[in-house]
Amino acid sequence: MLKRLDWGKLVVYLALVLFSLLYLMPIYMTIITALKHPVNISLTTAWKLPGNINWGSFAEAYNTLGPNFMNSLYLAVSATLISAIIGSLNGYVFSKWKLPGNEIIFTLVLFGMFIPYQIILIPLFRVLRQLNLYGGIPGLALAHIVYGIPITSLIFRNFYARIPESMIESAQMDGAGFFGIYRRIILPLSMPGFVVVIIWQFTQIWNEFLWGITLTRHSANPITVGLAQLAGGQAVSWNLPMAGSLLAAFPVLIIYILMGRYFIRGLLAGSVKG
Amino acid sequence: MQFKSDRIVALLILLPSLILVGIFVYGFIGQTVYVSLTDWGKGAALAENPEMNLIGLKNYGELFSGFLNSRFRQDLVNAVFYTLFLVSGALGIGLILAILLDRGPKGESVFRTIFLYPMSLSFIVTGTIWRWLLAPRGGINRLPTMVGLPAIGFRWLNSRQSILNFNWQNLPQITAIVVGAAFLFIAFRQWRSGLKKKGFLSLIPTLILLLWALWGARFTPEILSTPEQHGFNLATVGIIITAIWQYSGYTMALYLAGLRGISEDLREAARLDGANQFQYYLNVAIPILKPMTMSAIIILAHISLKMFALIFAMTGPDNAETSHPAVLMYLTTFRANNFAKGAAIAVVLFVMVAVFIVPYLISAYRERRA
Amino acid sequence: MLTQKRIALTVITILVLGLLGTSLSVAASSHEDELTGKLEIFSWWAGNEGPALQALIDLYEEKYPNVEVINATVTGGSGVNAKAVLKTRMLGGNPPDSFQVHAGQELIGTWVAAERMEDLTWLYKEEGWMDAFPDELIDLISTEDGIWSVPITIHRSNVMWYVPDNLDKWGVEVPNSWDEFLEIAPELEEKGVTPLALGTNWTVNHLWESVALDVLGPDKWEALWEGELAFNSEEGIAVWEKLDKIMEYVNDDYSSLSWQQATDLVVEGDAAFNVMGDWAAGYKSTVLELEPKEEFGWAASPGTDGVFMLLSDSFGLPKGAPHRENTVAFLKLLGSKEGSDTFNPLKGSISPRLDSDLSKYNVYSQSAAEDFSSDRLVGSLAHGAAANEGFMNDFAEVMEIFLNSRSAERAANAAQAIAKQNDIQ
Repeated sequence: MLKRLDWGKLVVYLALVLFSLLYLMPIYMTIITALKHPVNISLTTAWKLPGNINWGSFAEAYNTLGPNFMNSLYLAVSATLISAIIGSLNGYVFSKWKLPGNEIIFTLVLFGMFIPYQIILIPLFRVLRQLNLYGGIPGLALAHIVYGIPITSLIFRNFYARIPESMIESAQMDGAGFFGIYRRIILPLSMPGFVVVIIWQFTQIWNEFLWGITLTRHSANPITVGLAQLAGGQAVSWNLPMAGSLLAAFPVLIIYILMGRYFIRGLLAGSVKG
Repeated sequence: MQFKSDRIVALLILLPSLILVGIFVYGFIGQTVYVSLTDWGKGAALAENPEMNLIGLKNYGELFSGFLNSRFRQDLVNAVFYTLFLVSGALGIGLILAILLDRGPKGESVFRTIFLYPMSLSFIVTGTIWRWLLAPRGGINRLPTMVGLPAIGFRWLNSRQSILNFNWQNLPQITAIVVGAAFLFIAFRQWRSGLKKKGFLSLIPTLILLLWALWGARFTPEILSTPEQHGFNLATVGIIITAIWQYSGYTMALYLAGLRGISEDLREAARLDGANQFQYYLNVAIPILKPMTMSAIIILAHISLKMFALIFAMTGPDNAETSHPAVLMYLTTFRANNFAKGAAIAVVLFVMVAVFIVPYLISAYRERRA
Repeated sequence: MLTQKRIALTVITILVLGLLGTSLSVAASSHEDELTGKLEIFSWWAGNEGPALQALIDLYEEKYPNVEVINATVTGGSGVNAKAVLKTRMLGGNPPDSFQVHAGQELIGTWVAAERMEDLTWLYKEEGWMDAFPDELIDLISTEDGIWSVPITIHRSNVMWYVPDNLDKWGVEVPNSWDEFLEIAPELEEKGVTPLALGTNWTVNHLWESVALDVLGPDKWEALWEGELAFNSEEGIAVWEKLDKIMEYVNDDYSSLSWQQATDLVVEGDAAFNVMGDWAAGYKSTVLELEPKEEFGWAASPGTDGVFMLLSDSFGLPKGAPHRENTVAFLKLLGSKEGSDTFNPLKGSISPRLDSDLSKYNVYSQSAAEDFSSDRLVGSLAHGAAANEGFMNDFAEVMEIFLNSRSAERAANAAQAIAKQNDIQ
């Protein structure tokens, strides 16, 4: 019995380590390639550690992608904050102020989160142009905010659903109105909800590509577009795209490693029935 | 208990979002459908005020049966295979990982972090990295040489081989057979669960479809003038692997949450019944995970049906072998200026996604109402 | 309290100084009567093609130090990605100040037809360019209503590249026709050498036009574009049949290689030949630092000696360009002898100007310039001179049909169908 148990455990650990290697392999390759000098990069020695380390790739990658990085930062921060506020208010209404047709309206809003964005691309493009918002970061932020409404409302709605009705009722007894309840009861309990939504939206916006390439001019290109450009051309020396990839992955990876717990919650909230 | 004025405030707070979603989701979908029925494209498309005329379903007709649109048809086939393999791959690997972690190994959170980190990356980042890993003469293909084996020669991203080929002309028959088989399965299930009458009724569409496919189809006109082979392009394998690498952590997280939700009592009961670990997962845990599986299928199918960035980063937009309607939509609309046809492709994609999403949302809606 | 006051004081001081500073600089610039603001130049000259453009921009910034030049490049050979981005921007009412466009139908059939360009005839007259450029070239960028762009390069499409020493080693000669190539190709393969290096999709189109020029000859090539020769005629089918045979001898990973990587295969001795435009000369001499003639050799692509298949990059003035004055100054520089001879030697192209200073160019470009002045000139399909963009876009589909079916007849029929669809008749 004891013997069998140990054997089983061994298999579990072996499998876990093997899978871990598979999952870490790409990041290993990225880092060692980024640290190599272009002349030392060849297909045959791709897996070997760099002989002498070249930090210059990162400086060079930052030189080209720096502006894109800042664009993405402005975009993601502003759009995420606004998204979170809108989502919180919507979630509050959807969960605590069940207006007539609440569920059907909520379902109709949720639908917006599952559409392939190609279906709205052409009109979105035309409307942004008419609003004089085409090409810059504000237009892109608007798109992210609007199409972020379903997911942020969903996460907050599910989150607020757990706040007991009795608390709301007793606040109403004390004469609190719509905003009073929000300020005194909902908001103080909202912190984890905000963290989940902010992490989720930030990651989504940071990683987005289709709108980035169709809705912005060169100077407003987000990091994903910059990286695609950097890696897409001739890609003769791979150290640069690899360093660029690390740069583009850096903020989301940090968030993920520090606050992975909330990230998972965001992920799970993404499934409607949750 | 709520005051009327407060309810009005609530409505006013929600209203801007509803209007925005109304316009940006439903209004825009309507507009795209409208554009897809016009001839907006080609020469005059770039003028300040482009001329548009309604031409009905002509764009769709061309996409599905036009001589020149074989790329769209292959893209559609690719999208189906991308979806099939991404969903099954991520579900399978995710389940294995979740079961491994469910055994409570030491360092569980470290492993979980390792399996989930790809999920936080952009498709552009993953695509760039994996393109290098899958380089024809390097990367993965050279791994066996480290232990003295010969290098792999497979062209992960640019093989021109294709398997499971079928003739597009036979598509109606193939569809009829598949749908017929589905009805047969339903009939069988109903029969087994004692609904004999319903089972017989379900056999009727099966028979009609199969009869038509095997015999009647000869009398209906061909959709294409010449035979046209489509199949599973092996060049998509590299992209599929990358997508599974990125998303299996997600299914793992979903499944792990599900497994952790199983009560200790139930586990104990299974153990007392003499089930070993394997039997426990097969007979007790996996059936409980069914709602997670449903959610994962929906999310993954929806992701793979709009896959654009990953393909763009790995093989470029012009690589027809690995292409996807989402990529073709971009090229058709913004490079070839054929807005109407681009819109039609978008509508096809949308319908494919809606087939998954709408029933899901309706069932979620019913559950909430209940 | 005190600290608050101090902070306020500091802020005010900084603001005042800042305002003074800006007003001073405004005063200074208005005194010198110079151009200010920005200038956004849109092109696909990134990476190894970048230095030539950068040299031109440096020259511009030297002349107009107060203009901030935004070098908006979108990578992807032959502008495959750039064209999509450019169109979204033009449609989005957000045109760059000037953009790269191939002379010929890509300019006329797309942008001029959509009335998006400003007529530059006045600029040509003012700068005396009517006589500075060859007439054939001006024809390529003109309609009855005007002249629509300023050419900056002349490139040749039908060039075959190789490494002389390698050919000696393998004991093969440069083929004079594709039939000759097909004879030596099996020998090369036996030696473990890829006979012909090929890259991503558009380079296949590029190969097609060189093969077509051999099979059809220049007269019939032009007849094709005037609708006088059908694409599915006997000769038209023969082009595809020849291509089909040639495709047996290319590297099997071609669809994932950029044109530079295909060039690398030849340079590194993995492949014997490569057909590419002469920007490959720029890549080899500027980036790989190879010596023309010694370390890389060239010839007209098989069977096309005496014919110069031409393409030209040009820049125009889009209507609604945000910094029109700066653009005009840029176009003037572009069309000048100084600008042209700064740019072209680095790019590997030759100057479209008749008075270009050939001593500034390398051996390859000098030979190309000589051919340009003596050869028969025809327009390139793959690079926007011969057919409109509608045709070019559809041609990618035709190529895909061919690569999948490898049926010459099907491809030829498809080509004829798209010719009809795009009004080539």
